[in-house]
Amino acid sequence: MADARQDTMHSKAPLLEVSGLVAGYGGASILNGVSFRLEAGQSLALLGRNGAGKSTLIASILGLTERHAGRVLLAGVDVTNLRPDQRATHAVGAVGWVPQERNIFKSLTVEENLTAIARTGARPGPWTVARVFQLFPQLEGRRGNLGSQLSGGEQQLLAIGRALMLNPALLLLDEPLEGLAPLIAAQVLDVVRKLIKDEGLSAIVVEQHARKVLEITDQAIILERGSIVHAASSIDLLHRPEELDAHLGVGGR
Amino acid sequence: MKASARAALQAASRWRALEFAFWLVPVAAYFLFPRHYLLLNEMAIFALFALSLDLILGYAGIISLGHAAFFGFGAYAAALFAKHIHPDPLLGLAATAAGAALFGLVSSVLILRGTDLTRLMVTLGIALITYEVAAKMAWLTGGTDGLQGVVVGPLLGRFDFDMSGRTAYLYSLATLFVLFLIARRVVHSPFGMGLKAIRDNRLRAAAIGIPVNRRLAAVNTLAATMAGMAGALLSQSTSFASLDVLAFHRSAEALLVLVIGGTGWLYGGPIGAVVFTLLHDRLAALTPQYWQFWVGAILAGLVLIGRERMRLIVRPWRWFKAKKVGE
Repeated sequence: MADARQDTMHSKAPLLEVSGLVAGYGGASILNGVSFRLEAGQSLALLGRNGAGKSTLIASILGLTERHAGRVLLAGVDVTNLRPDQRATHAVGAVGWVPQERNIFKSLTVEENLTAIARTGARPGPWTVARVFQLFPQLEGRRGNLGSQLSGGEQQLLAIGRALMLNPALLLLDEPLEGLAPLIAAQVLDVVRKLIKDEGLSAIVVEQHARKVLEITDQAIILERGSIVHAASSIDLLHRPEELDAHLGVGGR
Repeated sequence: MKASARAALQAASRWRALEFAFWLVPVAAYFLFPRHYLLLNEMAIFALFALSLDLILGYAGIISLGHAAFFGFGAYAAALFAKHIHPDPLLGLAATAAGAALFGLVSSVLILRGTDLTRLMVTLGIALITYEVAAKMAWLTGGTDGLQGVVVGPLLGRFDFDMSGRTAYLYSLATLFVLFLIARRVVHSPFGMGLKAIRDNRLRAAAIGIPVNRRLAAVNTLAATMAGMAGALLSQSTSFASLDVLAFHRSAEALLVLVIGGTGWLYGGPIGAVVFTLLHDRLAALTPQYWQFWVGAILAGLVLIGRERMRLIVRPWRWFKAKKVGE
């Protein structure tokens, strides 16, 4: 606890600090002591093979898993004991989550998906329904459609839009390109790049397409069996395919 | 809240012509069927009870087999209030609402955890316990004999609850309408949107900042309040409360009503209640002993026919356009 108080006193606390995190499901630990920091305005690529613990790490930042040890700090504030909804709307660092498999609310309309959080005490900020539609024009024409009536790509855009409605300080994207046709994937990637580069939004992006995500992020972490085995700047990693190959077996991608 | 979000919600909550037409029906019924006020009163009370169940089932996805616990609680509370504290019906209704809300809030703790199946068991358990408590506390509730000697004062100090049921029907209908307006307002608010999000996916709802447990407790409290008020309407208009108000069949019938009318659009409860009460009344007149058999047969038939074909049956002008349904 003393550490937590000290951190809040430092004005330059990182946006996100994860330290010694051991977490998993049903008594089993998937993460075995993960520690890293993310400065405000920075973006992070989270890489690793299937089952390495990427999604678990993302979910743990939001508090959706079972924590066995370690801490999570948002802008220096210890949120380890806060519920997911409290972290998602936290005053110092709201966390927006774009879950795997585009889990939007299928029985709500596009518009309802975006307005569902309008009264949850979301932080004031630049994101409104109108601005989300501006970013994703194709959603505006389908505002009255149910989530289940959207294509995969549209669902992904809606999932990102829904997370933005929280006005997050940190955006967590879990395999945003998974299962999308190349053209649509390129569009989604471009949106993520815009959010990171133009809007200066901090983001953690989990992605199997290592190269694509390294091109738009600042730093990278490679997870293996629940531990960080490599941490570097994204550019460095991009120019060292042998490193990618060693850890992911996907150097050419 | 953002202006555009507010505009969207307001557009969704605008009254449609059909809704106005719907509410004209019970008013017309008042003038058309002056000899059937008792039956109409029964429909209005049942409609309110089913409406309250729709709030938790249709919007929050909480399936309950014990909703009668709140209905029965309200019926006894209103009867006891009239007997021991004050005979004024509106005072009694307000006191019942407060009591039922507290009961709903406390019982929320039990429905927050678990899945559909455990909730079925837990809600059933709450209803069974309430029933047994009412049966054992005969000194207060009259036990199996029912609570007798209840005298309800005139409504607004002027209108007596007469034998024809006229005052009772207007009283129940007005209460139903006011509570319907509240329910309608709630489900079209961001709060209601959040409930639907929770029904769709609890984890995702929490992840976008919706305090899941608090929302579920709030809607359960609201539903319990409305169910309790429905029970109060029944015991006030009959000046009587018996264990029947807590019986299992009452919870089950509310679910049946929602099966008939549909969940998640608020009108399912009222429409289903009218259909069910009419069915009950007509069939009981035809075969006093076997009406339940025919209700069961008709419900099974409804399910077999299915919603799609039902739409076709009530729209004969489309019989030739949409042949594919049967294929």
